[in-house]
Amino acid sequence: MAHPAPLVAPQPSLAASLKTVLGADLVAHVFTVDEDSITVTREAVAGVMVALRDSLEYQQLMEIAGVDYPDRAERFEVVYHLLSVTKNHRLRVRVSTDEATPVPTIVPVWPNAGWLEREVFDMYGVLFSGNPDLRRILTDYGFQGHPQRKDFPLTGYTELRYSEEDKRVVYEPVRLAQDFRNFDFLSPWEGADYVLPGDEKAGGTGEGPGKGAPTPMTAKEVKAADEKAKASPPPTPKTTENTAQTGAGAKTNIKAAKTSRDGAKATKAAKAKTPATEKAEKAPAKPRAPRKPKTGGDA
Amino acid sequence: MTDSPSNYSGAVKHHGSDMFEGYPVDTADTAGDQVVTNYTINFGPQHPAAHGVLRMVMELDGEIIERVDPHVGLLHRGTEKLIEYKTYLQALPYFDRLDYCSPLGMEHSYVLAIEKLLDLEVPDRAQYLRVLFAELTRICNHMLNIGSHVMDVGAMTPNLWVFELREDCLNFFERASGARMHSAYFRPGGVHQDVPERLLYDIGEWCEKRLPKLFGDAMSLVIDNRIFKQRNVDIATVSKEDALAWGFSGPMIRGSGIAWDLRKSQPYDAYAKMDFEIPVGTRGDCYDRFMVRVQEVYQSARIILQCLRDMPTGPVASLDRKVVPPKRGEMKQSMESLIHHFKLYTEGFHVPAGEVYVATESPKGEFGVYLVSDGTNKPYRCKIRPTAFSHLQAMDMMSKGHMLADTTAIIGAIDVVFGECDR
Repeated sequence: MAHPAPLVAPQPSLAASLKTVLGADLVAHVFTVDEDSITVTREAVAGVMVALRDSLEYQQLMEIAGVDYPDRAERFEVVYHLLSVTKNHRLRVRVSTDEATPVPTIVPVWPNAGWLEREVFDMYGVLFSGNPDLRRILTDYGFQGHPQRKDFPLTGYTELRYSEEDKRVVYEPVRLAQDFRNFDFLSPWEGADYVLPGDEKAGGTGEGPGKGAPTPMTAKEVKAADEKAKASPPPTPKTTENTAQTGAGAKTNIKAAKTSRDGAKATKAAKAKTPATEKAEKAPAKPRAPRKPKTGGDA
Repeated sequence: MTDSPSNYSGAVKHHGSDMFEGYPVDTADTAGDQVVTNYTINFGPQHPAAHGVLRMVMELDGEIIERVDPHVGLLHRGTEKLIEYKTYLQALPYFDRLDYCSPLGMEHSYVLAIEKLLDLEVPDRAQYLRVLFAELTRICNHMLNIGSHVMDVGAMTPNLWVFELREDCLNFFERASGARMHSAYFRPGGVHQDVPERLLYDIGEWCEKRLPKLFGDAMSLVIDNRIFKQRNVDIATVSKEDALAWGFSGPMIRGSGIAWDLRKSQPYDAYAKMDFEIPVGTRGDCYDRFMVRVQEVYQSARIILQCLRDMPTGPVASLDRKVVPPKRGEMKQSMESLIHHFKLYTEGFHVPAGEVYVATESPKGEFGVYLVSDGTNKPYRCKIRPTAFSHLQAMDMMSKGHMLADTTAIIGAIDVVFGECDR
């Protein structure tokens, strides 16, 4: 553990006690990045929280976070973060749900769950059955939509401004002077899965979305491939040492060995000298004028 | 009037109609009687004592508060949504703008969350510098809160004095990072740049001389002041059980007598090496919360001096060039540095898939960041756990049965900043 993040001692006995306390309501328990997180059944979440508070000493509810995974069947995750001030430990509890299925409220267990659930409802549209006051909390009065969903645009749908003519604040649909630009700086060799403009013929990587380039071979694999290449050299090495060896197969070699119909003529013609060459050869070599010594300078 | 609690519970804290319980009440109308019904008023959103844009719909019985419904979100800017569209480094300055009274406290949680996911080692000097500036931020924040709390209950002078100290803090931030408030000084892997030697010397000098003297003077005007005590003692008493149930943290939970401080219980950066005490309250009222903050200022100064004493030399950011960009001078000479620089400021670094919840002791309490990464260069989800959200929610519980004028004291002792509450 090299990182300087808050140090929380691991609880080796937690897994066993979670199993005994929660029983069948516990779906999964994972310990990653030094943090414990459990998944519980949605219907049982209120009971689970009572058990965690009273039997396992998680006295405080610090946070309820929603997360949206649009690809999943139950697209929303509601993530509760509990803190035990006596055991000095944190626990993450998650349930999953969709747009229509409500999650049982935990307001009777922790009164501060009220606003936290309201926020998840406001941002994601997750319903909490039994919450006495499930209004919007952070967005504007009369706001429509759930802005933290992944399919909600960053720019939103309405904007407001003070209108000098009307002497009041007016709401209008969002008008962008320039299209919203979301630059994707992902390296095209690693994570990007799209066809670059002008590169349509290449057709991308041909893999599903989100999949990057294939993992490069490990050193072991590269070595093995090299060995394989070394082990079996071709029985007759391909060479082009004489005219008969064309490098294009036996058939071509035989053809190349034969003299072509105008072979002799061509040879003679090649040996014939052009008039310019003859003239140049006959001309006596002109003696070169001696070089003038340089004036000035160091030499 | 003395400060005895029994006297107070009768004279100040009314419980609506409960206080007449057991008394024979003549229900027949007598001459001159008027039927007074409950009425509802709007406190804010433009009230100077609301510390920002807080709108509270209050139901009053005369001057006694029956019900409070705080409406928050008037400063909602969609920070969490914006962060999902930014690389990890580009998202950092948003944290300065959450709690704009203690910007570095907010950055601290975020950079630690990234470092935890990356499992990135941070050099010692960077850890000390972060602790130093986090504590300076705490002093800076408490100066604002203490000053405004005192002013909310009627005293003018201490506010002017402690704002002088706050100004000093802001000057220190400027000298370290170039910006007075939105420093963006903490970076994943360390801090942005080293500080000048002279700045460290000046901070030490300030902590030893100017701060204790000026702050002590200012506090001597209020902490034993009769009016100040009348306005704060036994107002909004919160028991230990309530403090736990309502998710209190920071000076709010310590004011209720629970010695819970993340710097001690779950130490991060160099806090494990620091020697300091956790001040706690005894009664859990507004006065205790105020006094916890006053004592924390002295403890912070103590930590700062320890940092200055023990701070080693060395790099101020991780040398892992896949996360931390190289220095500019290096970039002009080395091809490899140039490539790293270019890649880190365009694509940014990739954070391994996973999720963490990292909370630090910000000046206002537990400030947490729940970071979900999908392995790309942008956070998949970044949930910010503000301190004020839980505290403000308990407003109804805390102010029920108090007078309207006590509201300002209660809000002052919560130490709420709406940039953080509404995000």
